[in-house]
Amino acid sequence: MMETTLTINGESITATVEPRTTLADFLREQRRLTGIHLGCEHGVCGACTIMVDGEPVRSCILYAVSCDGAHIQTIEGSDTDPVIVALQASFTAHHGLQCGYCTPAMLFTARDIVTRLPDADEDRVRLELAGNICRCTGYAGIVRAIMAVLHDRRAKNE
Amino acid sequence: MKAAKFDYTKTNDVAEALSVLTAEDGDSKVLAGSQSLGPMMNLRLARPDRLIDIRALDALKAVTQAPDHLFVGALVTHAAIEDGILPDVTRGMIQHVAAGIAYRAVRNRGTIGGSLVHADPAGDWPAALRALGAQIVIDGPAGTREAAIDTFQLGAFTVALEEDEIVRGVRVPALSGSARWGYHKICRKPGEFAESIGAYVCDPESGIARLVLAATEDAPLQLDTAAAAIAQNDGAKFDLDAARMALTETGETFDPFKLRMHAVALHRAVAQAYGA
Repeated sequence: MMETTLTINGESITATVEPRTTLADFLREQRRLTGIHLGCEHGVCGACTIMVDGEPVRSCILYAVSCDGAHIQTIEGSDTDPVIVALQASFTAHHGLQCGYCTPAMLFTARDIVTRLPDADEDRVRLELAGNICRCTGYAGIVRAIMAVLHDRRAKNE
Repeated sequence: MKAAKFDYTKTNDVAEALSVLTAEDGDSKVLAGSQSLGPMMNLRLARPDRLIDIRALDALKAVTQAPDHLFVGALVTHAAIEDGILPDVTRGMIQHVAAGIAYRAVRNRGTIGGSLVHADPAGDWPAALRALGAQIVIDGPAGTREAAIDTFQLGAFTVALEEDEIVRGVRVPALSGSARWGYHKICRKPGEFAESIGAYVCDPESGIARLVLAATEDAPLQLDTAAAAIAQNDGAKFDLDAARMALTETGETFDPFKLRMHAVALHRAVAQAYGA
């Protein structure tokens, strides 16, 4: 067992974990942050995507001990993140989810798209979404939701 | 699935990393971005006794430009290369390659050195850097040595690296203004493991012409005779039949489906290089 300190949704947390415990399992099991979802557990489905040091990453293939000192943002700590809040409203308005399993991770990928690629067109949005699998929506609503936020941000020059 | 048990050491010192690699009993693996080894360990295809986390090694994050090459530290991420943070010495080639690796969330952590050492047959850096003719800079107990990429990868997931060595970085040759490159990979879905990768680099000023096929079941395959002919004809005669012929002439055997796919990848890479 090893001690590791992380800032999780703004709170500094020191915990004891096994080296083989993934960041996702640590956050889900020890911190009850169950908005992190596990699908494939090898980095392909994207359901475990969270923000580590301001960037979306796969939490299922990182070990918690290797993230010592990192700043973690999960969906539970995103109520004060205006980009996530805008995306959530847009996902609701455009039917960007059905079962919701992919949604928290989809929102972080969407956040990355609208902040990193402000000029993205629909094709680019679809390309970027290739790393997050949704088995309900067929992506149409998700793409519409992200495009709406992109248009809105362009209009506001954000 | 979850990884099997292992011991974990984190270090910010190259000498310490090397000593841990040699001193410990059992099987030690170096962990960088965790984007290839992580999945392999979750699937229990890899079960090292110990991981040495080198992500804090600042010496492996350096990027330095020289007149004839760019040194890229092993820990530089695909995302950093994709974002064009590095000086562009390859006329956009490595930026293009980086942008096509897996998904952004993976590119944020995955490293160029990790990709080379992991040596997945479908890996992008082993193919692209082979076409560029990169040199690999390796740290070991006796100091630093350089290795040509042509002989670095011995096969699938196997590289010519001693147990007590780690890769410090890669020297990427600078291309001249008249150089051309093409890189084409065939994936059913963007970001998936490639079914075939064709890579081509030609620089008339340095006389380099290299054609590489990857995503076979082995190390990348270099087709020198075909590359020389392509460079001589400015790609004009390299149609699908010529690509198929070049593949047959390597002496490797491919089933008809694979042969066709590899020929298409090579053909499209060359066509991209010559703007066709």
